Parts: sequence; structure tokens; C-alpha cells
Amino acid sequence: MTEITSRRGLLFGAAAVSAGALLTGCTSNEPSDSEDEPAGNDQPAADDKPGKQVTIGFAGPQADHGWLNAINDNAKNRAEKYSDVTLEITEGSNDTAQQIGQIETLINKKVDVLVVLPADGKALTQVGLKAMRAGIPVVNLDRIFNTPQAYRCWIGGDNYGMGLNAGHYIGEKLKGKPNARVIELAGLDNLELTKQRTQGFDDALKNYPNIKKVARQAAEFTVESGQAKMAQLLQAQSKFDALWNHDDDQGVGALRAIEQAGRDDFLMVGGAGALSAFQAIKQDDGVLKATVLYPPTMAASAIDLARALGQGKGIGGMAEFEIPASITLYSAVVDKTNVDQYMPTGFR
Amino acid sequence: MTQPVSPPRDSSTDKVPQAQPPAWRGLMARADVRTLSLLGVLAVLILIGGITKPDEFLDTRNLQLVLTQASVIGVVTVGMTFVIVSGGIDLSVGAIVALASVWATTVATQEYGFTGILFTAVVVGVGCGLVNGVLIAYGAMVPFIATLAMLASARGLALQITDGKTQIVTVPSVLDLGERDAYVLGVPPLVLVFAVVTVIGWLVLNRTTFGRRTVAVGGNPEAARLAGIDVRRQRLYLYLLSGLCCGIAAFLLIVLSGSGQNTNGNLYELDAIAAAIIGGTLLTGGRGTITGSVLGVLIFTTITNIFALNNLQSDVQQIAKGAIIVAAVLVQRRTASTT
Repeated sequence: MTEITSRRGLLFGAAAVSAGALLTGCTSNEPSDSEDEPAGNDQPAADDKPGKQVTIGFAGPQADHGWLNAINDNAKNRAEKYSDVTLEITEGSNDTAQQIGQIETLINKKVDVLVVLPADGKALTQVGLKAMRAGIPVVNLDRIFNTPQAYRCWIGGDNYGMGLNAGHYIGEKLKGKPNARVIELAGLDNLELTKQRTQGFDDALKNYPNIKKVARQAAEFTVESGQAKMAQLLQAQSKFDALWNHDDDQGVGALRAIEQAGRDDFLMVGGAGALSAFQAIKQDDGVLKATVLYPPTMAASAIDLARALGQGKGIGGMAEFEIPASITLYSAVVDKTNVDQYMPTGFR
Repeated sequence: MTQPVSPPRDSSTDKVPQAQPPAWRGLMARADVRTLSLLGVLAVLILIGGITKPDEFLDTRNLQLVLTQASVIGVVTVGMTFVIVSGGIDLSVGAIVALASVWATTVATQEYGFTGILFTAVVVGVGCGLVNGVLIAYGAMVPFIATLAMLASARGLALQITDGKTQIVTVPSVLDLGERDAYVLGVPPLVLVFAVVTVIGWLVLNRTTFGRRTVAVGGNPEAARLAGIDVRRQRLYLYLLSGLCCGIAAFLLIVLSGSGQNTNGNLYELDAIAAAIIGGTLLTGGRGTITGSVLGVLIFTTITNIFALNNLQSDVQQIAKGAIIVAAVLVQRRTASTT
């Protein structure tokens, strides 16, 4: 009995291994061309002249989303650009406790400057304070700590501004159209940033009395949820003039739903700045006409700032001796007229 | 609880309708209170949808939409029902769907076109099911733990393969399957697959030795073993079956969303378990129906649809989903005690 079982087990084991081998054999994720070059490398650095050696500790997010992955890539590649920068990078994490541990490790290693994109800004404030007290200046990336004491400089995107600019773009496009109807495909509703994006959008629309927002559904920043929620929205709203979608990743799904429903009677504005969105805008053969940036290049800029901090420099082009305490990026609207300029920053 | 008493009763009642020649009569007799109450819930939902949004809800396109959206999770739920009926659980279904979908949409796999994508999705699904099955049946691991481990590692592998990127499908033949032109007599191909999987699942569970063995193993594994059933082999096959369903579902999801992403199949395990449970499947094993599970899936999808049509926000949707699970189980308790 046991002998038969073990032989059978062996057989299944072998089958599993060979199936795995077969799959690995015909699977590779490397695209043939090398357009994987991350964003941020084309822009001029704050100060390209080599200076004092700086060790930057980077605690980034778990890259389970195109934008977050682009954040990590931007940071790594920007650091490699400088001969005077050494990057100590920790495994990205979505887990608060794990990230605290990782940052403490970086503090113990006595890095010169820390760049932190916290999984949760509020929850990681204490460890930010700890680093600052240990004399390590912290560049807080994107998700903001609870108190300015926990960071030397904050750099991040403008969620409210995304909504505002998307709203103004749509408002201008629909100007002169009486009783225009717009709908919104929001991101994860339990995130503060989603509310800010919606608030900005609503505030912008107040400038255009001819426009009414008739529906809003929240998706989950994933392709799957984007497809599902958009399909429902299209069924619910037989006629509308514009759509604002908070995120280009879920936009891949939303565009798919739009295509499947055979609809092209409205204009769509995306958010974040994914490569696929830029390409669709450039081709201009679908509903997607523009996207509002939430640039992942901010990670490259954070490395620039950390380097300047470590070397005691300011920012080129500004009169200050020091780097600013806070930098809010601009949520530029990318449409057909300027898409070529932004194409290299697109993430996938 | 009355578990030890129920399995022999179940397996004996299972044999009775087979002896009755008119299949439809037998079906009607077997359409028990539980199934009828689920149909009642669905009817009430349809009524609500029809009253609140008559134009949008009672529209052929909407029916196609609801069924399409039920297809992916529906196929997963059919596999899950078998596993739960056998007294097991598969927490890894969502992760397997994710892994199968991203593996099938890598640049290299897409070069092999339609067949390459379909083949890879199914093989990855079955492969994961095989690992689950071997661990549970021959490694004597608790299903909860083995599939939890699979959940973690499959999600991790999916993330590693994609590197967090969204893998967009460029194979036209795959994408076309999700377009309106591909509908067969107004039925989307995805829905056809779902229907076929449902019918096969129903036949296998109700009309084959394999199905009877599954119920027996779930009711009382020891009794099943004494009755000459190779319990371990049966368990292996069941997790393989669940993995196969996940592979098929992954392919459907690729067709539907036109891409592979490591976040695919998020929380499918909970949705599939919830649908099976409100469909009357006992979490302790030994009882369950494919019809009930599929009705469970349709109820959830219809609720989501009605909420979206009425522009209700996701927080309200989630609360209602929770309330419906509780209500359905309470109703079943009541009906179970009266029958």
C-alpha cells in the first residue's frame, strides 16, 4: 500500500516538475526592446558635479502596482546616476510593522539620509521622528507623516490638484454644451487620496454650471475592478459626455469595458501617467484624450533632494542655500499636444 | 452537531432519484426548499432592480453584463463547491487565478497566441491544484494551511513574474472573444463557458461515482474509507479540479480584462466560499449543490449590478453583501430544521 502510494507520489511530483519546467521554458518576461528605461533619467539632476560621498537609505513600497513599481525603479536608477551616492535599499513592504523594522535597520546602519515612502504615513511617523532625532534627515516621499518634525523635506504628488486639473480640462472641453453630464470612476474609497481627488474634481466642476456629475463608482486601482465597475457605469449611464478615471492602471480595464460596450460618445481623462495611457492619447483613436499626472519621477527627485541634503547644498535655480521643506508636484494635464514630452516618464 | 448521522442519509437519498425514469420529475422533486428560497431571493432582487431602474436593469445588455461578470467567479465557485462538499477548503483560488493569468500573459507566452495563453493558464491552474492536492492528500496537511501557503506563494510568484507591471494582452484572437461580435445567439462566450462548467459540475456531482464519493468523503471520511473509497486519491482529484477551474477562470479573466495583473482574483476565495455557503453548502462538508452555489454567485453579481445602476457607493455595497450572507444562512438554518 505505502509502496504504491509513494510511487504514485513520485509520479505526480515528476509531472509537476516537468510542467513547471515546460512553463519556465516558454516563459520570459523580458521584452525584446529596451524601452524599460525608467523615467526620470532624462531630466537634468539638481547638481551633476560629484561631491561628498552620501549614503542614502531607501525604504520603498511593495511594488504590487505599476506606479509603485515605477517609484522603486526611479529611485534606484537615479541613485546609480551619481558616482557619489550609495543606495541602501530595503525590501519594499506594505506592512507597517515590517517597514518600521526596515527603517530602524537603516538608522542602525547610520545612513546619511533617509528616503521613505511609508506604507501608512500616520503609522510611520514615530520611526521618522526617531531617525530625525538620531541626526539622519528624512526625505518623506508622497504619503505624508503626521508631523513636520518627522521629516526634513516632503516631496509628493497633488491628489487634490489631479482632480482639479481633470475637472478644469473636462470643463473647458464641454464649455458651451448645455446640460453636460460627467461621471467619475474613482479609486479605492478607503484611501484619503481618493477623497482628495474627488474633492478637487467637484470643486473644479463648480466653475462650470452647465456640467453635472451624474454618477460616481469606486474601483480598486486594479485592471479587473476597473473593467467591472466601468461596465456597470456604462450600463447605468446610457448618455454622458465625459468620464474622469482616477488611475491609469484601472483605466486599462475601464478602456476594455468601454470597447466591449462599443461606446465612443464621450471623452475620457485618466490619472497617474501610465505608458499605455500615453500611447492611447498619442494614437488618438479612442475615448481617452488626456491623463492627469501623478508622476513617479518624484522618487528620482527625492534621491536628488537626499543627495543635496547629504552634501549641504540647495536646489539649482533657486536662491535658497538649503532645500525647501516641502515640495508639491504639479499634476500636469497630458494630452495629444504634449504627450511626446512625457512619454519617457510613462510606467507600465 | 448531527454530522455523523447525516452522511449515510445523504448518500442514500442521492441514489433514490436516479431510479426514477422521468428526469424532469426527479429534478422538480429535488429542487428543495433551499434552492427555491434562493430563487426567491433572486426574484426579489430582480424586482428591486426592475422597479428602481426599469430601463437600464431590464435590458438585454444588462443581462449579458451580469452573466459575464458572474462567469469568472462562477467557474471558481463550481470548483470550490466540490472542495467544500468533500469537507475541505481552498483558500488559494484567488492567488491561483492571479498566477495563472500573469503567467499566461507574459511576453513570451503571448508569442504563442491563443493556444499558448489558454494552455499556460490551464496548466498553471492544474499545477497549483496538484501541489495543493499532494500536500493535503499525501502530505496529510490540513487544507486550510496547505492552501493558505499556496495563497501566499502563488501571489508572491505572480508579483515576481509581473514585477508589479500590468501585462496587456495584444493577441487579437483572445481579445475578440470578449467582444460583442463573438456572442453566440446573444450569449457571450464567457457565459457559455460558465454554463458548460456549471452543467458538467452538476452532472459530475449528482450523476457520477466521483460525485457520490466526494459527498461521502465530506460526510464521514472514515466511513468512506471503510466503504472502499480511496479517500486520499479522491482528495487529490478534488484540489486538481479546483485548480483546473481556477485556470479556466484565469483565461476568462484575461479575455474579459484584456490583461494580466498580479492583483487579479483579489478576494475570490472569500467570494467563492460566500457564494457556496449561501447556496447551502455545508462548510463542514457532506452537503452542497452546484445549483445553490451558482445561484449564490448570481445573487451577489445582481446586487452589485443593482447598486451600481443606482449609483450607490462601495461602502453600502459591502454592508449589504455582509447582511445578505447572514440573512441567507439564517434562513437556511430555519429551512434546514423544518425539512
